[in-house]
Amino acid sequence: MKSGILAGILLATMTAGAALAQSGAPIKLANVAELSGGGATVGTNWKNGIDLAIEEINAKGGVLGRKLEVTHADSQSNPGVARAQVQKALDGEPYVLLGPGYSGSVKVTAPLAAEAGIAQIMGGEAAELTQGGNKFLFRTSFGQQSSMPKVAKYINDEVKAKSVAIVWVNNDFGRGGRDVITKELAKYNIKVAADLSTEAGQADFAADVSKIKGAAPDAVFVYLNEEESARILKELKRQGVTVPLIGETTLVGQKVVELAGDAANGARGHVGLTTDAPVDLIKAFREKFSKKYNYVPDHNGIKGYLAIYMIKATTEKMGKVDSKAFADNLHGLTIKATSEPGILMDATFDQNGDIDRQGFLVEIVDGKQVIKQVLPKLN
Amino acid sequence: MSNLLDLLIAGLATGAIYAIVAVGFTLLWQTSQTINFAQGEFVMLPAFLMLAAMHAGAPFWLAIIFGMLLSMLLLGLGFKMLLVDPMLRHGVLPLAIATMALAIGLKEAVKQFFSAEASPFPSIVPAGDISILGRQVALQSVGVLALAIAAVVGLTALLNRTSIGHQMQATAQNPVVARIIGIPVERMILLTFLINAFLVALASLLITPIYLAKFSSGEVLGQAAFIAAIVGGFNQVRGAIAGGLLIGVVDNLAAAYVSTQYRAAVPMVLLILIILLRPQGLLGRAEERTV
Repeated sequence: MKSGILAGILLATMTAGAALAQSGAPIKLANVAELSGGGATVGTNWKNGIDLAIEEINAKGGVLGRKLEVTHADSQSNPGVARAQVQKALDGEPYVLLGPGYSGSVKVTAPLAAEAGIAQIMGGEAAELTQGGNKFLFRTSFGQQSSMPKVAKYINDEVKAKSVAIVWVNNDFGRGGRDVITKELAKYNIKVAADLSTEAGQADFAADVSKIKGAAPDAVFVYLNEEESARILKELKRQGVTVPLIGETTLVGQKVVELAGDAANGARGHVGLTTDAPVDLIKAFREKFSKKYNYVPDHNGIKGYLAIYMIKATTEKMGKVDSKAFADNLHGLTIKATSEPGILMDATFDQNGDIDRQGFLVEIVDGKQVIKQVLPKLN
Repeated sequence: MSNLLDLLIAGLATGAIYAIVAVGFTLLWQTSQTINFAQGEFVMLPAFLMLAAMHAGAPFWLAIIFGMLLSMLLLGLGFKMLLVDPMLRHGVLPLAIATMALAIGLKEAVKQFFSAEASPFPSIVPAGDISILGRQVALQSVGVLALAIAAVVGLTALLNRTSIGHQMQATAQNPVVARIIGIPVERMILLTFLINAFLVALASLLITPIYLAKFSSGEVLGQAAFIAAIVGGFNQVRGAIAGGLLIGVVDNLAAAYVSTQYRAAVPMVLLILIILLRPQGLLGRAEERTV
């Protein structure tokens, strides 16, 4: 009898202990990003942003009393590898999947996460990603369908160009951007003087720039990844192209400025996120990031950081850690920077997982991003 | 027409760098039957050695000297003693495969110890334009071309006008006879490895400001140099020079007039045509091999 009671007490203690361990167990997140290959700048910034946010949150006691824990996997900037890594990550049943940053890799991994019912917060910007009815995919930055109309308007209203050469990278990201900008430019009757596709990882842009010179456009729209952006900016300068160079976030990012040096001066673009934004919370983020990693992050660093705070805000709104209910709760959610400073700027997520937030028009002056215009949040 | 001139100048500038790398390729083949598939990575590494010196606080000129000397030590002496000498006695093919392994090892090591991200690299040629025949041409293109030509002319003079050059040629043509007539064959072979290391370090210095310093940047260069060497003639230094310049120009013209997507295929097609129509290469001489 006595031994029965003892066994009962022991069992009860063990069960309670297990339950306690369950509620206090770390929340597992899985990140799959471009840690090497052509997108290494993207993936490394994204990863560092994630690590910084997790460190901050854990130092303040975690989310609902539970610490965050993340595993990082390298997609090698290759969609095939990304798919395998995401499958492996999903097998570990993470709370939320983070990444990848490349649209092509997001495209092939999104169905896996959706099938598993796990929300995926990613860095891809191709317009089509959020237009296929996937209920588990969320952006951390503007999709091309929100950014390109602003770029086209700028080219028409401010640059007053009548013809534009479009240089794009031949992958999902580049092709998507080129399709949207071509459509948007047509609305203003702006002629496409040259339509140049380039390869990811391309090292030599001499021929492409010669073609641009031959087409003699009023402006050049450059839509390449960071490293290639830097290479073409150097070549444009080398061959003496002086017309306005306009792009999106990847043309005027910190890494591009660092790699292209003087050649980046004068480049202009629309950016959804920049560490030079006249926003106090972003300035504070930049300082924390630079102190920890000894370099100034680009927009991908902010995206990784935001992804974690999106998880925090959504989970705290739900009041529980429930991966199945996560996506439903993030749809339609507005996260205000006053209540969750980690989100940096007020952001609203619509039913497609697209983001609405204020944006910026910037120009590179003396190696620094200078904000020329702040574009307000739409809703 | 002006467009064509720009393309030709840019193509010659890149082609001249391919030529330097291809010359090293043929030198190693001629003197020691080494097909170095890590030649592209050999071009990638010196830039990182120079960057490491600069990060340690050295000025650019000192970093260049340091990078050049260390490259000759690692990619010349070290490569010969630690990889080529032990492997060559087992045949040409095992050595070629060993150099492929070396290529992967170098890439991964740079990725691990430096970074997977690209880094900027200063240019030895100042920015700006100069006027040639009434046209503005980038000083960098002209500078790269001039330095590459100087290196090739210097090397040709060394090979054809000096006693050491003659001894090297004799070693390449027939090491057994060369040894009988008293030429220090081993020393001559080592010298070609050191010259190759110098050439790749020079190519690294010239190409990295344009391509950026990145662990994977050797892949394109290695392939281009290999094709250039075969197209020009694997057993002739002047063949490698012609091949390099031709590949540089063809690559640029293909990108402009064929398509960017197929640009990489055009030099390959050229390679196939040359192998079919003139197996010894444009300027190479036919070799007979005993079976």
